[in-house]
Amino acid sequence: MNIHEYQAKALLKGFGAPVAAGVPVFSAGEAEAAARSLPGPLWVVKSQIHAGGRGKGRFKEASAGEKGGVRLARSVDEVVTFASEMLGSTLVTKQTGPAGKQVNRLYIEDGADIARELYCSLLVDRAVGRVAFVVSTEGGMDIETVAHDTPEKIVSVAIDPEAGVTAADVAAIVSALKLDGPAAEDAKTLFPTLYRAFVDKDMSLLEVNPLIVLKDGHLRLLDAKVSFDGNALFRHPDVEALRDLSEEDDKEIEAHKHDLAYVALSGNIGCMVNGAGLAMATMDIIKLYGAEPANFLDVGGGASREKVTAAFKIITADPAVKGILINIFGGIMKCDVIAEGVIAAVREVGLQVPLVVRLEGTNVALGKKIISESGLDVIAADDLDDAAKKIVAAVKGA
Amino acid sequence: MSILVNKDTKVIVQGLTGKTGTFHTEQALGYGATQMVAGVTPGKGGSTWEGTLPDGRKAQLPVFDTVAEAREATGANASVVYVPPKFAGASIVEAIDAEVPLIVAITEGIPVLDMVKVKARLDRSTSRLLGPNCPGVLTPGECKIGIMPGSIFRKGSVGIVSRSGTLTYEAVFQTTNEGLGQTTAVGIGGDPVKGTEFIDVLELFLADPETTSIVMIGEIGGSAEEAAAEFLRDEAKRGRMKPVVGFIAGRTAPPGRTMGHAGAVISGGKGGAEDKIAAMEAAGIVVSPSPAQLGRTLARRLKG
Repeated sequence: MNIHEYQAKALLKGFGAPVAAGVPVFSAGEAEAAARSLPGPLWVVKSQIHAGGRGKGRFKEASAGEKGGVRLARSVDEVVTFASEMLGSTLVTKQTGPAGKQVNRLYIEDGADIARELYCSLLVDRAVGRVAFVVSTEGGMDIETVAHDTPEKIVSVAIDPEAGVTAADVAAIVSALKLDGPAAEDAKTLFPTLYRAFVDKDMSLLEVNPLIVLKDGHLRLLDAKVSFDGNALFRHPDVEALRDLSEEDDKEIEAHKHDLAYVALSGNIGCMVNGAGLAMATMDIIKLYGAEPANFLDVGGGASREKVTAAFKIITADPAVKGILINIFGGIMKCDVIAEGVIAAVREVGLQVPLVVRLEGTNVALGKKIISESGLDVIAADDLDDAAKKIVAAVKGA
Repeated sequence: MSILVNKDTKVIVQGLTGKTGTFHTEQALGYGATQMVAGVTPGKGGSTWEGTLPDGRKAQLPVFDTVAEAREATGANASVVYVPPKFAGASIVEAIDAEVPLIVAITEGIPVLDMVKVKARLDRSTSRLLGPNCPGVLTPGECKIGIMPGSIFRKGSVGIVSRSGTLTYEAVFQTTNEGLGQTTAVGIGGDPVKGTEFIDVLELFLADPETTSIVMIGEIGGSAEEAAAEFLRDEAKRGRMKPVVGFIAGRTAPPGRTMGHAGAVISGGKGGAEDKIAAMEAAGIVVSPSPAQLGRTLARRLKG
């Protein structure tokens, strides 16, 4: 689960991390009061969307002006002008895709006198099974580019969960970031603070890009991006409350309610599969035979008739879907139960597009018999290759 | 021979008295020579679990409050964890502290930072952990720990290791249909932080004389497949080599999105399918582009 920059900064400030003063605004009318509450003479007006690359992004609407999604204002009037241009407009960045995202929230922040821009993130380093700091002197840039072009400029420091951030860990980070003076002093509290926030709130990513050294020598978080481990939200109702549903896909929200793992994609073949690996493999094989999947959908190992029906509704509600492939390897789940669930779903929801069903595993003969005797226009397939070929042919023929 | 489990493996079920634990213990007791010897549910120690096997036979198992007590009373050398995700991390740690040699965690959805703590404890112990978020381990005709369907297995020569449950079943089913059968199938799980990686299982398969070929199924996220490929290449230079067929799920997955499994995500430009496939092919692994061709690809490879 992701949150906005202003929410991340408020959260980190609560742990004692240094951030600039700032005010979130939801309408242009609030912008003037927000700007006046900050000292000036520089203000930063920042689009709040769940995507990176905002500064280099451009708005679709001409009325939003030529400038990007993060703008520097030199007067209160300019803050108000920018806010009215940006709010409600569609920002396109390299992470939003060509459709872009509507900007419904802005964050107005006090400007900073920047001496140096650095990079710092915390994540779970799966190779060692520990939380690790990833730091670089190359801040304010796309870290993937840095990793590709100059990997030697990225330093990773893994933290022993039983010891926490030690003085030696801080020294390693300070050395990697070439910090001295007040910044090196600040580091002694900042990095343990960031680690504590990460662990206490079950974050999956905490990215500060850039972390800046101010002209007075102190450290400050200029940007902050935080994601949380969805599996740990049960112990953080305060974090769950920060969720902005307008940033999420409607179909994904609906799937989440039914405990279905669903990811919307851009193709036209809807997929319903049991198991995450098989669901990915089903997408891959559709592509292999020349078409594109409309979604990833794992109904899980113990899918009930209700779950199958809910999944079917979500798939058929997508107007892009021109055909459906159901691929089930019944292990513990019996094929006859799945077949009955699929038929019930089709009867309830209706079927406007070709449907290919591949069943394998426990009680497969019975499952196939139930489908063939249902009288429904379902195309049966023998294995995954056969199923993919049949649905691709059906969609291309339509 | 087989790896990890055989007819002599004695298993404790952590979370036996829950719905999932009960169902899968009944299935396991009905499979081959599987020995489920006790259950652990805190607060229910001293009671008796009763179940009904798939063939209608009744079964009973003693229930203990702690893993240590269950182990002491039964001499068990493995445990399986069906405990809900909120408490599963603590259950795994309890099994580590009780020095259970093999712990198999089926539970999906354990917070990753709980697993970071488990991993730190595991590194200082002699226990081996499979999973979490895995289908378990099965040696045909002998022992089934976890949720794999026993009916599709056949005793044979292929070792199977996979991050995905249902793709494990595909590989098992296809190698059974080719008449090859399996020595042992091992699910290592779909979480980012886990107890056993590909390399650990590949080492066991290379050392097992009855395993004469291997199927390895990976997916997007992390770099365990690349590490495994490097391991196989290094071992081949030392003369330890068995034919390996592979598959990587998620070639079409978009970056930055978690695909069902918590560990299946391409992040920061890393963990994509193409890099993994390239590394595996460079190590001499035949990577099948289709998950439906694993069995046929292996059979063809073995015929040379």
